[in-house]
Amino acid sequence: MPKVDSLPAPRRLLPARLALALWLALCLAAGAALTTLPAAAREAAPATADPVLEANVMRIANELRCLVCQNETIALSSADLAVDLRNQVRDMLRQGRSDAEIMQYMTDRYGDFVLYRPPFKPTTWVLWYGPAALLLGGVAALVLVLRRRSRLDAAAFEPDREDDTRGAGEQGQRG
Amino acid sequence: MKYVRFLLPMALFAGILLFLGVGLGLNPREVPSPLIGKPAPAFTLPRLDDTSQKVSREDLLGKVWMLNVWASWCAPCREEHPLVIDIARRQLVAVYGLNYKDARPAAVGWLANLGNPYRATLVDADGRVGIDFGVYGVPETFIIDRQGIVRFKHTGPLTPEVIRSRIEPLLKELNAQG
Repeated sequence: MPKVDSLPAPRRLLPARLALALWLALCLAAGAALTTLPAAAREAAPATADPVLEANVMRIANELRCLVCQNETIALSSADLAVDLRNQVRDMLRQGRSDAEIMQYMTDRYGDFVLYRPPFKPTTWVLWYGPAALLLGGVAALVLVLRRRSRLDAAAFEPDREDDTRGAGEQGQRG
Repeated sequence: MKYVRFLLPMALFAGILLFLGVGLGLNPREVPSPLIGKPAPAFTLPRLDDTSQKVSREDLLGKVWMLNVWASWCAPCREEHPLVIDIARRQLVAVYGLNYKDARPAAVGWLANLGNPYRATLVDADGRVGIDFGVYGVPETFIIDRQGIVRFKHTGPLTPEVIRSRIEPLLKELNAQG
């Protein structure tokens, strides 16, 4: 009894499903048309205008940090502010401003933080010299320790364990 | 002499620990504003309630004022709004709004719904003045002194803590200067 009853159910549902699927497809298509058209128009407009100018905008935008998504440049970021700042760079280039002037404009407003490459000055010396200083310090300490040890008498060290010497011997033979 | 060999690495380690510990406590999202101690950027913007009237930086010289950057699309602005209303109600400072990249009807509706603490709201439709002020995350709040110098900036929603520990003492100091 339940078997008979349940069998026609999918068949009855089929037209409804088909209608639903059609409806969804229509919605998707309409949605896609609605969302892609203005977006394409908005994104494409500046790029077609002047390829040389656009290349310069991107070159400068690559040096500027997006303040909203801080690990991106304003060239890569799609944040609203990044778009605005790219437009600002484009306007300034059109006005014939130099790269240095544009960078100054940005740092006047957002500080050195906006520069993707931190400037070299006393407050950033630790940043620029720090890693090299740490490396040199480490190497110096290593050399000191090794030289002091090499002058020590063999008796100053614990004798090698047997399995260690065997391992070393085997390695020596293989080498 | 023997202790030095142990104490020196310990001291170095403690130094690095302190350095990193302080670094962990800093908020990387808080970018220090280069505007502090400098004249506020020049602007001439229409008022939200009457776009035929304009307000410029020069109009506000001679008094201590607060600029609160907001937008109707900004959720944290809604969150901090009661605090801005409170500041205006207590008459701590003349509060002005900067309506950043907003649609006018939405902005007018927002103020009608949530209350309007601003002496005037200036309309920055394209965000140019926002860029001049170094705005990167709405809401932001600035305090400008009588000489038109930016004295304080807070990025993100105001908190009772910030108002009590930073803004109130600064306003007391600025108002005392007469």
